Amino acid sequence: MSDKRLRILIAKPGLDGHDRGAKVIARALRDAGMEVVYTGLRQTPEMIVEAALQEDVDAIGLSILSGAHMALVPRVLDLLKAQGMGEVQVFVGGIIPEEDAAALMEMGVRGIFGPGTPTDTASAFIRNSLSAPEQP
Amino acid sequence: MTELLTAALAGQRRALARVLSLVENGSEQSREWIALLYPHTGQAQIIGITGAPGSGKSTLVAQIAAEYRRRGLTVGIVAIDPSSPFSGGALLGDRIRMRALSGDPGVFIRSMATRGSLGGTARGTADVVMVLDACGYRRILIETVGAGQTEVDIARTAHTTLVIQAPDMGDEVQALKAGLLEIADILIVNKADQLGADRTVAILQAMLDLRDDPLAPTWRPPVLKTVAIAGQGTAEAVDAIERHVAYLAQSGRLRERQRARLANELQTLLREELLRRALAHIGSERYQALIERIISHETDPYSAAQELLREIQL
Repeated sequence: MSDKRLRILIAKPGLDGHDRGAKVIARALRDAGMEVVYTGLRQTPEMIVEAALQEDVDAIGLSILSGAHMALVPRVLDLLKAQGMGEVQVFVGGIIPEEDAAALMEMGVRGIFGPGTPTDTASAFIRNSLSAPEQP
Repeated sequence: MTELLTAALAGQRRALARVLSLVENGSEQSREWIALLYPHTGQAQIIGITGAPGSGKSTLVAQIAAEYRRRGLTVGIVAIDPSSPFSGGALLGDRIRMRALSGDPGVFIRSMATRGSLGGTARGTADVVMVLDACGYRRILIETVGAGQTEVDIARTAHTTLVIQAPDMGDEVQALKAGLLEIADILIVNKADQLGADRTVAILQAMLDLRDDPLAPTWRPPVLKTVAIAGQGTAEAVDAIERHVAYLAQSGRLRERQRARLANELQTLLREELLRRALAHIGSERYQALIERIISHETDPYSAAQELLREIQL
């Protein structure tokens, strides 16, 4: 009688202070029945991966509006791999130019949600992505 | 699968996180694991922190944890927030106030959702605490959901319970009501730099004066003032916790509490297992049919329950 629920970490790496997007998506995932660990502003990649490890989450959502995504996201992905947590899926929300989005997906990001993405779309995407994990 | 358990016991944090999930989810194998872990438990002091939403529990928990780290003790934190009664989802936000503990290998923080429990903790909380205890965390802090008056389950899980109040939350009669204040081993008036803190302390002291029986001296909960956000008063709070721990050991109350806690746990497990077996025996068709008969007033809930009990010969 296992009571497994999807657990998602929502984090804001870097220095920008705009967390409305992160809060909106956290709330949407909550309403979609997921357990959302919200860590708040100004998290380093190290802090994010440590929290993801302790909380044993299925996925991490990173909200980045500062333009530093090409520095922060690869660092999170590398740290996850170093911890043997490569199966934890990473999603990114925020202002991500198209060419960067392609590069991030190449690095292993599972989904990128820009401004205007309906929250239902994002939560359905995350749920589908998590229920059909890639076979190792 | 016991490899995972061995790794967790050896201090591998990823393995510990995994074991905590399986135990929280109540998976079949977690029962066997608890049996294997149980001999390793009993070393930790379990400290509950409860109080109204916004009274400063998370901030105080982070400060208490930091103080314990300065004193050289490892700390496990279990932070509980409510699950939505509608979606079953949850927003677990207690880590926001605990960022200063990040990067310390002597601290392990785990957030939990209540998943339908109403007593201020989650059904799996006691098991999660047991795992942290077995894995070597010497002080385990449990932060309950924001509590009102009756979320008192924490007192059954923790050795020492701190009840946090913010200034000016009510008058003398509020302090006399049964429930949350009764379970306090230590009372904390947080945000003590705000207006009304001294009055709140006075009200709580007056409540304790009425309660104390001079002929039966026991532990009188100290009333402490803290400003958790500035770290003021946390060393004194930790001193008070440790005094209470010593009192529990000397007075024999620790055994008493353990007995009550374990009896309660055994009863819960029995109740769940008996119900599961009974329902399996009765079969869902028969069960649904009986519910229909109650709806149509052919029988009443009490008689229906008796009917089922006769069938399973209890």
